[in-house]
Amino acid sequence: MSQHIDRDLVQHIALLTRLTLTEEETTLFSEQFSAIIDYFDMLGEVDVAAVAPFTQPQITRAELRDDVARPSMDREDFLVNVPQRKGNSVRVSVVLENLAVGGDSSSADRQP
Amino acid sequence: MDLHTLSVRQASELLNTGAITSVALTSAILEHIRAVEPVVRAYITVSEDLALQQAEAADARRRNGEQVTALTGIPYAVKDCLSTKGVRTTCASKILENYVPRYDATVIQRLEDAGAILVGKHNMDEFGMGSSCENSAFFNTHNPWDVTRVPGGSSGGSAAAVAAEMTPFALGEDTGGSIRMPAGFCGVTGLKPTYGRVSRYGLIALVSSFDSIGPLTRDVADAALVMQTIAGHDPHDSTSLRAPVPDYAQTFTRDLKGVTVGVPVEYFAEGIDPAVEAPVREAVTVLRDLGVEVREISLPHTPYAIPVYYLILFAEASSNLARFDGVRFGLSSDGADVLERYLHTRAAGFGDEVKRRIMLGTFALSAGYYDAYYLRAQKVRALLRQDFDRAFAEVDALVAPVCPTPAFKLGEKVAEPLTMYLSDVHVVAINPAGVPSLALPCGFTGDAPPLPVGMQLIGRPLDEATLFRIGHAYQQATSWHLARPTLAS
Repeated sequence: MSQHIDRDLVQHIALLTRLTLTEEETTLFSEQFSAIIDYFDMLGEVDVAAVAPFTQPQITRAELRDDVARPSMDREDFLVNVPQRKGNSVRVSVVLENLAVGGDSSSADRQP
Repeated sequence: MDLHTLSVRQASELLNTGAITSVALTSAILEHIRAVEPVVRAYITVSEDLALQQAEAADARRRNGEQVTALTGIPYAVKDCLSTKGVRTTCASKILENYVPRYDATVIQRLEDAGAILVGKHNMDEFGMGSSCENSAFFNTHNPWDVTRVPGGSSGGSAAAVAAEMTPFALGEDTGGSIRMPAGFCGVTGLKPTYGRVSRYGLIALVSSFDSIGPLTRDVADAALVMQTIAGHDPHDSTSLRAPVPDYAQTFTRDLKGVTVGVPVEYFAEGIDPAVEAPVREAVTVLRDLGVEVREISLPHTPYAIPVYYLILFAEASSNLARFDGVRFGLSSDGADVLERYLHTRAAGFGDEVKRRIMLGTFALSAGYYDAYYLRAQKVRALLRQDFDRAFAEVDALVAPVCPTPAFKLGEKVAEPLTMYLSDVHVVAINPAGVPSLALPCGFTGDAPPLPVGMQLIGRPLDEATLFRIGHAYQQATSWHLARPTLAS
């Protein structure tokens, strides 16, 4: 299956990836992605009908450690690299507008 | 005596007899870094003050008769994707340019406990995405054998630093050849251990099911010594294996009678430079002379290794790099709302190759393409592993070139991503399969300037010991690992 990745698809993927691209990047990536994916289409030749996917090359099963309480990272150590903080909180952009000032959370939850 | 030229074992012996101190050794390394760094550009950060403090502590440990190890007082440096408490850790990315971790990776903690001295952090391709070190957001590293050429990638700074004697040993990280390829291009020894053999805790993740931390050293015996300290289960990494770690040096032998090695025909196929093929074939002859039984082997799915490796890399990397959102750490750009803030932060913080790969990963994971690309790649991955399992039913190890060509010129492949990806053809099958592979120098190209040629010994899961044994016997019979580049300093 040959897959041409046009500029619109590149722009769509960029948004999903949370990136903005310049016009030049969009054009360049469209050409490069098409060449790369065309090459990778060779996987279509392989008969995988009876093959299960191999996701973790582990030889032994991962074992869970005992559930024993132990000190966790110091709060200040965690917060020291935060770009914007307020006291002991991480400052983030507003995600749900209606919740900003004591809004009705039940109606906000129904927002699409 | 030029202390910076010492191997780990040589330096350790002189420290133990009291002939040198760690402060003198560390100072010599720091001085040599200052002298050749303008030419090689291997270091993003040199942690001089910390190194001298640690060296004084190591000397005190010896003076006071406290317990010491073979690494007590030995300087080392690491690829800048390993978290180092209090020392900037950038992944060679603008998005982490000013990030200073508040904890050590397990491997760093183990080396610190052993008394090793951290002298700095090495340049790399941004987040490990590259084969030439040219994708660093900061600067290019130069191959010490010919400074117009790349050192390989992505652990290019680490390989160049070991080759140029700017550190006795380094830790790199191998996702798809990132230790072995630069080791081959720079003429040093490097091990990609079995997946899970070395804890990944504190490693900034690229591909969580491929990433393996391992040593880069002057020779196999030093690599075994470093592995002895860093390998083994870690409660902080649930994928780290509980298998016991053998005493590697105890398994060394002068001859290799009873060992069977396979030569995979697909690794000597069309496209291999004769200047690379000849030294690797010659190395096979040396192994035969040491008593190895050599057999031709087929790994039939090798031609699919590049798409399998890259599709899974793209997908896992796109997921791993989603954490860089400008909220908890790293670069943070302004935006009118949460979406704009993400978009601006990531567009400003990531370089072109990172953008390409995480976008291709998002594509491969998206509805309509998931089955054809990501899922199919995971299935063909099972066939790659099956090739190795079948081979290892017949032979103890495989021998192959590390790369089809010697180190290429800076700028030669950087404009063509697919061409760059294809240079990884001999190294990428190893990581999806999760097996170990040891790269070591086996000769030089005939042209001037002569460039190192590397071979890799690929082994059964968890059988690093056999690779070390074969590699050590080979280095006892040859002197390629002793060659050093001449640098104007």
